[in-house]
Amino acid sequence: MTEKPPKKEKIPRQPMPEQDSQIRKRNFEEVPLGYTKELAVKEAERCLQCKKPSCMEGCPVSIDIPGFIKSIKKGDFAKAVRKIWERNALPAVCGRVCPQEIQCEGKCILGKKGDPVAIGNLEKFVADMEREHGNGELPPKSDPTGKRVAVVGSGPSGLTVAGDLILKGHEVTIFEAFHKPGGVLVYGIPEFRLPKEIVYSEVNTLEKLGVKVECNTVVGKTVSLDELFEQGYDAIYVGVGAGLPRFLDIPGENLIGIYSANEYLTRANLMKAYLFPEYDTPLARGKDVVVFGAGNVAMDSARTAMRLGADRVRIVYRRSRDEMPARSAEIHHAEEEGIEFFLLTAPTRFLGDKNARLTDVECLRMKLGEPDESGRRRPIPIEGSEFKLECDLAVIAVGAGANPLLTKSTEDLKINKWGYIVADPETGKTIKKGVWAGGDIVTGQATVILAMGAGRKASDSIHQYLAWGW
Amino acid sequence: MFEILERQDMADGTVVLNEISAPLIAEKAEPGQFVILKANETGERIPLTMADTDPNKGTITIIYQIVGKSTALFKSLQVGERFQDVIGPLGEPTHIEKLGTVVCVGGGTGVAVLHPITRGMKEIGNHVIAIIGARNKDLLILEDKMKAASNELHVCTDDGSYGHHGFVTDVLKDVLEEEDVKLVVAIGPVPMMKFVCSVTEKYKVKTFVSLNPIMVDGTGMCGCCRVSVGGKTRFACIDGPEFDGHEVDFDELMQRLQAYKEQESVAYEKFLHE
Repeated sequence: MTEKPPKKEKIPRQPMPEQDSQIRKRNFEEVPLGYTKELAVKEAERCLQCKKPSCMEGCPVSIDIPGFIKSIKKGDFAKAVRKIWERNALPAVCGRVCPQEIQCEGKCILGKKGDPVAIGNLEKFVADMEREHGNGELPPKSDPTGKRVAVVGSGPSGLTVAGDLILKGHEVTIFEAFHKPGGVLVYGIPEFRLPKEIVYSEVNTLEKLGVKVECNTVVGKTVSLDELFEQGYDAIYVGVGAGLPRFLDIPGENLIGIYSANEYLTRANLMKAYLFPEYDTPLARGKDVVVFGAGNVAMDSARTAMRLGADRVRIVYRRSRDEMPARSAEIHHAEEEGIEFFLLTAPTRFLGDKNARLTDVECLRMKLGEPDESGRRRPIPIEGSEFKLECDLAVIAVGAGANPLLTKSTEDLKINKWGYIVADPETGKTIKKGVWAGGDIVTGQATVILAMGAGRKASDSIHQYLAWGW
Repeated sequence: MFEILERQDMADGTVVLNEISAPLIAEKAEPGQFVILKANETGERIPLTMADTDPNKGTITIIYQIVGKSTALFKSLQVGERFQDVIGPLGEPTHIEKLGTVVCVGGGTGVAVLHPITRGMKEIGNHVIAIIGARNKDLLILEDKMKAASNELHVCTDDGSYGHHGFVTDVLKDVLEEEDVKLVVAIGPVPMMKFVCSVTEKYKVKTFVSLNPIMVDGTGMCGCCRVSVGGKTRFACIDGPEFDGHEVDFDELMQRLQAYKEQESVAYEKFLHE
């Protein structure tokens, strides 16, 4: 009888070292500290290198995940990041903000019986290694084509399109309405989740490749799409995001101390109001904060309020925990930092003092009924269950709609009933010749990686058009 | 870009005029539209309605009162220096059309914004009666330009140091009694616009006002500038800045303008100290 070889000891998923929750809840430093080389290699060793990798199916931009993990395992981090670059120009961003648990990691075979490979953490690791220690070698560029492309909006989809097309030899100019590039990566996602220095470094790489970035340009106001064509652009990509805040439409919403999440986060992140008065933009520092909504933006708002010195921060959400749309890591981080959750609760009106400053919000308890069109169980108010929450700051994070500024000035772009641009889901082509659109302005508010996926498809289509015509 | 080509102190140094190089904006801007300016890296985004534009020279002109740190910082910029960022033209332009007799009422620095609108109203063929006011003679701005831009000019000072002794609304009442006024455009401090609207409401004369709520992006993205108009929430940056004055909730606007009063004085004190 032969003896069975000893079973190889299973390596557990390597936890990401993090700032202690009680310390980090009062600072704006990044929460995850990052893998060490040793941790990264150890985690990479867990990958089974599947022949038919289902993780890739879960990735909206089809990164060769086993491929880059194999390079990490061998300690060749430079090669690993270049493998990712073939499909994704912004790995330092995606490693931090992608909802991996419903994408790549959600499909990882190891996840069936245990914990999936920490693909997001590994992606972040190689991107950070490259930024901090890389040789700065840029990917090769094709010969100049003489074609010019205008990219409207410098968020994730715009940056993806710009990165793809510059490598294919086209001239690319990005137009950004704000005074800094990055779109939602800069105005929306907080420093503690995505340091702005990383976004600027990614934009800087594009500039080194030859992409021009024109800030302070509101396309639709400063210049129209047709004028861009007159200026000699051959193709235009519109990726302006879903920049129109939704409010709750309940009484008292214009009291002082009530912010849309867009305003609250833009003041904090883009304008650096958390450094007031060193920076000039002010922001209310609430002691008793209520945030409405349960997506990533709500978590970001709640955690920002905690960092700005709040005694209590409560998330109010009309459905239950199972329906919360935020990444699980963000919910977990928020809980660790002491954010409280008032689930199955909906606001009905805001109350203020004689100076119109917010003092309370009145809420109703809800129960779950039958599933609605989104497949989630519909919340139903419980009559007579009104109660008040004391608060001096409220942030409304219940989503964003389509900003009409550009579409209003471009009559021959087709928009749907919600104001989003109608574009071919496979190519991003709009009905206006030479114009593509993608990201939130087409799909409505979604994730960074989906916007990048749309950008990738559009850039392929734009490249084809520049070579062969419409 | 955004270099200051001309700079002028007005109204005893409480108001400053800057002519700024901004060719793209100058080419596009129409009366009633605004720009957002940021002086430097740490600066705040400040919306100001343009007082003039010169597409040939590629310049825009802003006239602002020093009310806090950001405007004091703007004031400190000299000819040859630059604003780090200027964004525009933003907002909807004034609807200028031929109606008959139009009254343009301005107070304080609102007169600066009113000037191109007054000129436009006259150029298109209206009989334009302008009424401008200030606390006293020294604080009055653009009297000559308003005289040239209108058919009739009335000047008021609160203390009687110049022109009519009293408020612009006193003169406005007389004009509304005597003339068949088709439209009133009122731009100035919120209380002034509120009182003008309560006068014109009695005479049932349509009145446009230009609102100046606190803003951040100026492109409809944040909702900071929301105002109640006709019971509905509107964004002054993309739906305005001009609205039907009879529908505006001025009291709410005045309250919302006080949102950062405390922080504003902290920042201003610190600036003056440094």
